[in-house]
Amino acid sequence: MNTDIVKPENLVYSRTKVLTDATMHYCPGCGHGTTHRIVAEVIEELGIQDQTVGIAPVGCSVLAYNYFDVDFQEAAHGRAPALATAVKRLNPNLFVFTYQGDGDLAAIGTAETIHAANRGENITMVFVNNGIYGMTGGQMAPTTLVGMKSATTPYGRNVELNGYPLRLTEILATLPGTYFVTRQSVHTPAAVRKAKKAIKQAFENQKLKKGLSFVEIVSNCNSGWKMTPVQANKWMEENMFPNYPIGDIKVEGKLVEGIGLDRLVVSSPLTVK
Amino acid sequence: MAKELKLMKGNEAIAQAMIASGCDGYFGYPITPQSEVMETLMAEKPWETTGMVVLQAESEVASINMVYGGAATGKKVATTSSSPGISLMQEGLTYLAGAEIPCLIINVMRGGPGLGTIQPSQSDYFQSTKGGGHGDYQLFTLAPASVQEMYDFVFEAWDIAYKYRNPVLILSDGAIGQCMEKLYTRDYVPRWTEEERRANAPWGTWGKPASRGHNIITSLELDSAKQEVFNHKLQAKYRVMEENECRYEEIMCDDAEYIFVAYGSSSRISMKAVQMAREKGIKAGLFRPITLYPFPKKALAERAKQVKGILTVEMSAGQMVEDVRLATECNVKVEHFGRFGGIIPTPTEVLEALENQIIKG
Repeated sequence: MNTDIVKPENLVYSRTKVLTDATMHYCPGCGHGTTHRIVAEVIEELGIQDQTVGIAPVGCSVLAYNYFDVDFQEAAHGRAPALATAVKRLNPNLFVFTYQGDGDLAAIGTAETIHAANRGENITMVFVNNGIYGMTGGQMAPTTLVGMKSATTPYGRNVELNGYPLRLTEILATLPGTYFVTRQSVHTPAAVRKAKKAIKQAFENQKLKKGLSFVEIVSNCNSGWKMTPVQANKWMEENMFPNYPIGDIKVEGKLVEGIGLDRLVVSSPLTVK
Repeated sequence: MAKELKLMKGNEAIAQAMIASGCDGYFGYPITPQSEVMETLMAEKPWETTGMVVLQAESEVASINMVYGGAATGKKVATTSSSPGISLMQEGLTYLAGAEIPCLIINVMRGGPGLGTIQPSQSDYFQSTKGGGHGDYQLFTLAPASVQEMYDFVFEAWDIAYKYRNPVLILSDGAIGQCMEKLYTRDYVPRWTEEERRANAPWGTWGKPASRGHNIITSLELDSAKQEVFNHKLQAKYRVMEENECRYEEIMCDDAEYIFVAYGSSSRISMKAVQMAREKGIKAGLFRPITLYPFPKKALAERAKQVKGILTVEMSAGQMVEDVRLATECNVKVEHFGRFGGIIPTPTEVLEALENQIIKG
């Protein structure tokens, strides 16, 4: 390799040192890899690698602790916000973040999520929503849309049989303990930049001690959705985004202008197009 | 609090011992008959004195996982609950054991099964000593028989937990939790400084300095070959505990022809039965296991050689009796006497059981 071109003055971008050299197990085309990278870049840019503790979930990102070069704890399924609560309360100088999927955060861990948010824990939560249980083979998640096929809704999610999809991020925005609530995606370069900015804000907020910062990343699951990565991203834009709208919901403890009751109260089921 | 003579409830003693022993954090959820622990902590406000964190969690599931998170940073963290709440914590306990996180859990037992009763019981012996959660693991289990021991064992639990990187369970019951007795307090042990925390928990997730790799606290190993090696390592640790840490007390056993084996509240009742038996000319004694895991098998087997019969006394349908029979290898008659569902046996009943089930039987 010609190393002349990587002289420091020529370097415009490099892989963040906050990611380890471990080979990620994520499926090609999945949003987890990108989300990991931008979280790691934020940690590097803020210079907090030595003050950060991450909490990994159970689900596709169960091995996140192998990829981030920061101290990490692996939680039982759904319990990451409880772990993070104690890490932060006992070590207020640390930056603490959870990294969870929709099954972990919005099904089995609903209680821990809501109560950590409602207590106003000064932590950052990163929530990757791909509408499915990826790790266990593509079963219905709390965020699976009505009509969406999964391993346990082979004929499509049916309200009578399966109940409604849950938009937990909007619920969290209504709680006094959340300071910053946003929904982003990482499927285009522009989206990645916005998502990274949101994650950076969510980490910086920990210094303010004004409550929980929550970043949802709407992502794809091309393996679970049985699509190519390109098809999956297109399907996500057409079906997930209308039901899980991208953008800030709550900033500096206040609902963003234009976020009204029609958004916070789901009046018609979140359905595939 | 320096060394003083106090009158205190068992549950209050736990709270005072946590503050005085340098505990960094307590996470709990109210349940009878142990709610005084968190009530005392909240009234004492240790965050203003020692800096200890106290938080009321949304459930026992959350509180045991808060213990996991906090203790995994190398801090001394505890929770308390009673039987139904401890059942909810079993998931957390097996993760704590699997991730080798030192911490303290206290069960002030009440009667079961299910919601059961709020009265004292000892029917969680199996759950405590045989692994209430999944997988091959052990909790180091201490059984206090007085308010003084409730207090003292909290201090001792930290040393054991850190020595073995293992959760320690103090298995008490509603009688000891609720009764008031005198106790001698100990001198304050200060909370660890940042340097001490790092030295005592080099494995802890307290923020990765440039000088070391990242610390990971997990119980997951997808490679079965490695997971088997890890299981062997855990088992080896348990064998060392069994070799070195068995604790028990023998009362009037030297010339005993019959012994009671009992722990916690049952040992107090059995002690009275020993006195009553001696007054009747029956040479009775008491063998009290203090560690339930590791169970003092060798000492009990040795004592069993001289006796004609053993009666285990438990506030359960017969749980520890299995370990007593295993320890004595059926070389001596072992019977069980128990009252349960929240009933505490009287010394008279216990003595009658000895006479009927062992001496005459």
